[in-house]
Amino acid sequence: MTKQSLYKGKAWRFGDDIDTDAIIPARYLTTSDPDELAGHCMEDADPDFQSKVSAGDIIVGGKNFGCGSSREHAPIAIKAAKVSCVIASSFARIFYRNAFNMGLPIFESPEASAGIRTGDELEVDPAEGIIRNLTRGVEFRAEPYPPFMVDLIQSGGLIPYLLKEVS
Amino acid sequence: MAMTITQKILAAHAGLDSVHPGEIIMAEVDLALGNDITAPIAISILREKGIQRVFDRDRIALVPDHFAPNKDIASAEQCRQMREFARDFDITHYFELGEMGIEHALLPEKGLVLPGDLVVGADSHTCTYGALGAFSMGVGSTDLAGAMISGKAWFKVPTSIKFVFSGKLRPWVGGKDLILYTIGRIGVDGALYRSMEFTGETIDSLPMADRLAMCNMAIEAGAKNGIITPDGITEEYVKGRASREYTLYSSDPGARYDEVHEYDASAIDLQVAFPHLPENSRPVGEARGVSIDQVVVGSCTNGRLEDLRQAGEVLRGHRVARGVRMIVIPATPLIYRQAMDEGLFEIFLDAGAVISTPTCGPCLGGHMGILAEGERAVATTNRNFVGRMGHPKSEVYLSGPAVAAASAVVGSIASPEDL
Ligand code: SF4
Repeated sequence: MTKQSLYKGKAWRFGDDIDTDAIIPARYLTTSDPDELAGHCMEDADPDFQSKVSAGDIIVGGKNFGCGSSREHAPIAIKAAKVSCVIASSFARIFYRNAFNMGLPIFESPEASAGIRTGDELEVDPAEGIIRNLTRGVEFRAEPYPPFMVDLIQSGGLIPYLLKEVS
Repeated sequence: MAMTITQKILAAHAGLDSVHPGEIIMAEVDLALGNDITAPIAISILREKGIQRVFDRDRIALVPDHFAPNKDIASAEQCRQMREFARDFDITHYFELGEMGIEHALLPEKGLVLPGDLVVGADSHTCTYGALGAFSMGVGSTDLAGAMISGKAWFKVPTSIKFVFSGKLRPWVGGKDLILYTIGRIGVDGALYRSMEFTGETIDSLPMADRLAMCNMAIEAGAKNGIITPDGITEEYVKGRASREYTLYSSDPGARYDEVHEYDASAIDLQVAFPHLPENSRPVGEARGVSIDQVVVGSCTNGRLEDLRQAGEVLRGHRVARGVRMIVIPATPLIYRQAMDEGLFEIFLDAGAVISTPTCGPCLGGHMGILAEGERAVATTNRNFVGRMGHPKSEVYLSGPAVAAASAVVGSIASPEDL
């Protein structure tokens, strides 16, 4: 695998059980255009999120991040809002799956989730699974990806992986 | 190695003798499902990649139920995308308006999902079909695209939690109350990544509509799937619907469970889940008196004939309270017709309720009953998240049909006993 670069940005801390209706409300689901979706990212959790977030920033959730519907619009909206990755103490399973299939990096770490506040500067090393809170000078470990996930990522996502398989 | 029913279905579809928890497998799917929100994304993927054919045109179901009948121009475009795809790829099970119903009520009704099947659907409530003894789970649109191309999907083999219900149900109490109660005990992530297996003497005699309502909400506890061992009730249900062979699986006697929860079902009261999470469930007595603006009876959880009958039974001879709007949404055209033939429409209309064509509609805040700021609804749907049925400052209380209908009559949350 080519060397993965670090993700660096400011943390936006949200609570537990952030559901997909908060990430992208159903009233905007008449489109799957990433830019339009990005404009409403996290709107029902923090109506001003869009005006505050900058490219590379990192969303940090509590437990069960992304619960609710299976809409891929949620990871699409987050990616299109230029958020570099999401850290949470746990993810809802469909969100976890979608994020991998679509290439939104996510990291599971209860310690990191507890040890990060909004505004903290973070640096994430995806290859090593290390999350550094630069503001507070602490380091956390994330769950390493299972080998199959690494395969998926190396193939460029689920679709290229399957196309290789069927051909 | 002893396996759970879920593990056995996964192993069979992966061509393996056995699987173990945590193992990642590629398995063949019997059916792949998409709706008007999730299918367009999958379709765009196929079109972009220049895919010419799907793995099996008989094993894909496309149901435009969320924003259909088209609620606006954008949703009309999404539905058209599905329609054109279904035509170009000659998809057998595409349901146009008139045949279209809410997907998780429609597919079992049509016999498209059968015991022992492995089904993936780009909709989180795909877990509903566990009620038939199938393994079914919600996936995203990319998974749907992958399944449409290859007929396969990847799965991480889950561990299971067993829920054993014993005792006779109290009057009006049904599957919805059992599942709300269960989620209230274990929380919205209580079964995260895992399988929920519902068993016990209460489940053994539970009608199919209630089983479907229970498995439907497994996702609200974070579960990968909910499942009930197929039995006589299951076979009775699929009789006359199934047009292919099916397999009845059951857990091995020595199968391992992460947790076993035993509940006395005879002690479970009618339940109401307070905003804004399904885990905030309490006995109806603790919700009594909360004033409401709207009642919705419908959705893939409780929009079946049995649910409409229950609502009708409560409503008969009563009128919806002044200031309350009541919306009844039969989940499929067949349910619509049966409810009409049985005279339920007369009861609803006499009571001052409106009857909608089958659609998801207000369940996800789409259309046909959106809440204004500060408004409150009792709904037989499955989610009461912030803004789920409309304005972010509106509120949804979840219940079964009996409580919903009684609340409509009283004008505040009530039990049928209050009438
Ligand atoms: S009725 Fe509600 S929960 Fe069921 S499929 Fe439709 S939107 Fe989803």
